[in-house]
Amino acid sequence: MSAILFLIVIGIIVAAGFLLIFIWAVKSGQYDDSYSPSVRMLFDNEESIPDKEEPLKKKS
Amino acid sequence: MSESKCVHCGADNGNAPVVWNEKAFCCQGCSTVYQILNENQMGNYYRIQPMSGIKVITDTQSGKFAYLENDEIRLKLLDFSDETVSKIRFFIPTIHCASCIWLLENLSKLDNAIRYSSVNFPKKEVTITFDHNKLSLRKLAELLTAIHYIPEITLDQLEKSHGNKSDQNLLIKIGIASFSFLNIMMYSFPEYLPGGDLLEKDFKNIFGWLSFILILPVVFYSSLDYYLSAWKGLKHKIISIDLPISLGIIALFLESSWVVFHNGGIGYMDSLAGLLFFLLIGKWYQSKTYEALSFERDYKSYFPVAVTRIVDGSEEIIPIKNLRKGDRIVVRNQELIPTDSFLLNGNGQIDYSFVTGESVPVAKKLNDFIYAGGRQIGSSIELVVDKEVEQSYLTQLWNQTNEKDKEISLNTHVNKVSQYFTIVILIIATLAFAFRLTTSLELAVYVFASVLIIACPCALALTIPFTFGSTMRIFGRQGLYLKNTDVIEQLYKTDTIVFDKTGTITLNRQIKTAFHGQKLTESEIIEIQSVVRNSNHPLSKALYDNLPKSTLFSIQNYEEHLGLGIRALVNEKEIKLGSPLFISADVSNESFTESRVYLSINDIQKGYFSFANTYREGLQQLISKLSQNYELHLISGDNDSEKERLHEIFGNKTNIHFNQSPSDKKQYINLLRSSGKHILMIGDGLNDAGALSSSHVGLTIADDVFSFSPACDAIMEASKFEKLINFIHFSHTAFKVIKASFFISLTYNIIGLLFAVSGNLAPIVAAILMPLSSITVVSFVTISISFLASRKLK
Repeated sequence: MSAILFLIVIGIIVAAGFLLIFIWAVKSGQYDDSYSPSVRMLFDNEESIPDKEEPLKKKS
Repeated sequence: MSESKCVHCGADNGNAPVVWNEKAFCCQGCSTVYQILNENQMGNYYRIQPMSGIKVITDTQSGKFAYLENDEIRLKLLDFSDETVSKIRFFIPTIHCASCIWLLENLSKLDNAIRYSSVNFPKKEVTITFDHNKLSLRKLAELLTAIHYIPEITLDQLEKSHGNKSDQNLLIKIGIASFSFLNIMMYSFPEYLPGGDLLEKDFKNIFGWLSFILILPVVFYSSLDYYLSAWKGLKHKIISIDLPISLGIIALFLESSWVVFHNGGIGYMDSLAGLLFFLLIGKWYQSKTYEALSFERDYKSYFPVAVTRIVDGSEEIIPIKNLRKGDRIVVRNQELIPTDSFLLNGNGQIDYSFVTGESVPVAKKLNDFIYAGGRQIGSSIELVVDKEVEQSYLTQLWNQTNEKDKEISLNTHVNKVSQYFTIVILIIATLAFAFRLTTSLELAVYVFASVLIIACPCALALTIPFTFGSTMRIFGRQGLYLKNTDVIEQLYKTDTIVFDKTGTITLNRQIKTAFHGQKLTESEIIEIQSVVRNSNHPLSKALYDNLPKSTLFSIQNYEEHLGLGIRALVNEKEIKLGSPLFISADVSNESFTESRVYLSINDIQKGYFSFANTYREGLQQLISKLSQNYELHLISGDNDSEKERLHEIFGNKTNIHFNQSPSDKKQYINLLRSSGKHILMIGDGLNDAGALSSSHVGLTIADDVFSFSPACDAIMEASKFEKLINFIHFSHTAFKVIKASFFISLTYNIIGLLFAVSGNLAPIVAAILMPLSSITVVSFVTISISFLASRKLK
């Protein structure tokens, strides 16, 4: 019996924790823009920086 | 090379591309941006999305952002600032693709004073944190301008603090409702299973107590909006849909609490939390709007932030609200006249196209009075301020229109249905109560509450947000952006359509020219073209664009006489173009209202060019379709030079009025309104602002929906103009879907009522019936709307 009670309490604490995280996420503006992050994650990190094109020099 | 596309922006390169490093660009500007990005090893910009750059159409002069040096303005614009870093948010309307996000978030590579930048794509904003000791705000704005992302800084940004707190609150309410819903569900579940009665009494009590605690934030926080709105309705003597919802919530709460404390158990707590969860989701779905579009713009978002004032011979930049009567100000090429003033110095060529719809600039002489809102074209001018900004003609025009006399949607269809619905429900509940009173008071109260609970029009309340929400999204994808979902209902009721002329049914920047007089030889045409090329006057530009492209001659002794005309020597012939006075033409016995440019070659009068508007594509078909079912009106600020052509297009039934001032237009709409018409007004500029806000639906046509448009209910992409009728027809379709959905939800309510009246509303019946009806209704409307849209809105 007490095991079930214990589980219920644990369950509600965990759920409340998630609720708090959700509220924090909303307040910190993470839900304000749902488009840009989806694009941002696809950008490469620095790996393939294209080489600078040097202006072509006239062949001498 | 001739068919190539610009590497930077993808525009056609034309005959003479600018070539850098064997790459072809359409203009010098694009080539410069490419070089800047290349220099900083930011070529990825072109890899993410090829040819993603922005072509700059208007030239920006170097002093454009000089006002950002003014501390008062600077501090108001900054979101945050301390000793070393500042944070600023710029609105950049040209943000349009993944490459833009990439580039703007890698600004730090262009200048190491920029610490961090992030883009909010839906709002088209970029937030930049930078070291203001190394890089001034002005330099930052100029850096963005150099890569063609020109920030738009307007007066209202100085005064309003932006943010969408209500959106966040709604999300939190949904979060809390779902948290309570899921947990209470878990506690209720054992009761619904066979053998649930065997559950120990202690557990039942604990579950009941827990559910009661969990429901409190739902009842007292998440559903707050429903009580408030129901109460507001009652104060205005309206029974809105929120009243039966609030009654249902309260009945559910009281009945369940009584069960918890008296009988032990959970009651209908799970149904209550679920109900709120679904309702709030509907609300959220409906409230998703277009963040980057603004429907509430007033003169403040049109006006510049600052102006150059002359004090004791030296220039200083001040915020325009600090302007006082008698101040001397300088207005440069392409700058806006901020307030009513007198011309002191220079050649005034004021383009009022946005205020009056007139596309030809007005020439002003010294000491002439100049109204605010025009744009100076050509050299800079000096003005003496006559009125402060708040009192200028344009501002007055806005304030006049601002008292929006739109009644709150009193007669919306939902409210009508809910009125009958609520009354019927209350009668049924009372009858059942009286009937059961003969048995016992307890049963009678129970039945009364059950009726209110099950009749809670959850499905009914979800119909509208989901139908209109989907419709609004589909309209948005097709190029019609609505301010909110109420506009769909207003569109449905429309029976009269009023058009503005200039810019609405005509194309703003495209003018057709025709020559009247002696026939010109081919070389003469090229000579004329060579001359007009040098002038910035809109009529010269229109003329240049309309003549066939050819290799031009070189010209000598070019002279431009403002307000009169231009002259030059080409192939040793003297060509003069301009007003009759300028070329000494005799037109005394001709009266004309259209715009004309007279031509003489070697002082021999040849004839004149006339300029006529081009109408939007598909106008004829649209009008002939609309005229079958709607009463059409046309009000124009212009003269009646095109009367006959318009009658040809609109037919004789249409009322056409010319020479209407902005306030005439507004009065005209009010007159129509008072005769009981339901009006859709279609306009484009500030001159229509009054009329747009007075009509039931004010629709603005815009070539670029993100640029400034007057306050209105809907913005439509100009290219979609001919589809207007499809949109109006689809609003009727949406209403048919709503009616069908009302029928479905009422059926559910009747089934539930049968349970309730007989006194058998077990919690499990409510727990199944309420979500089931909601889900049926939501899926029915969203599926049918998108199905119908795919067939009817192509």
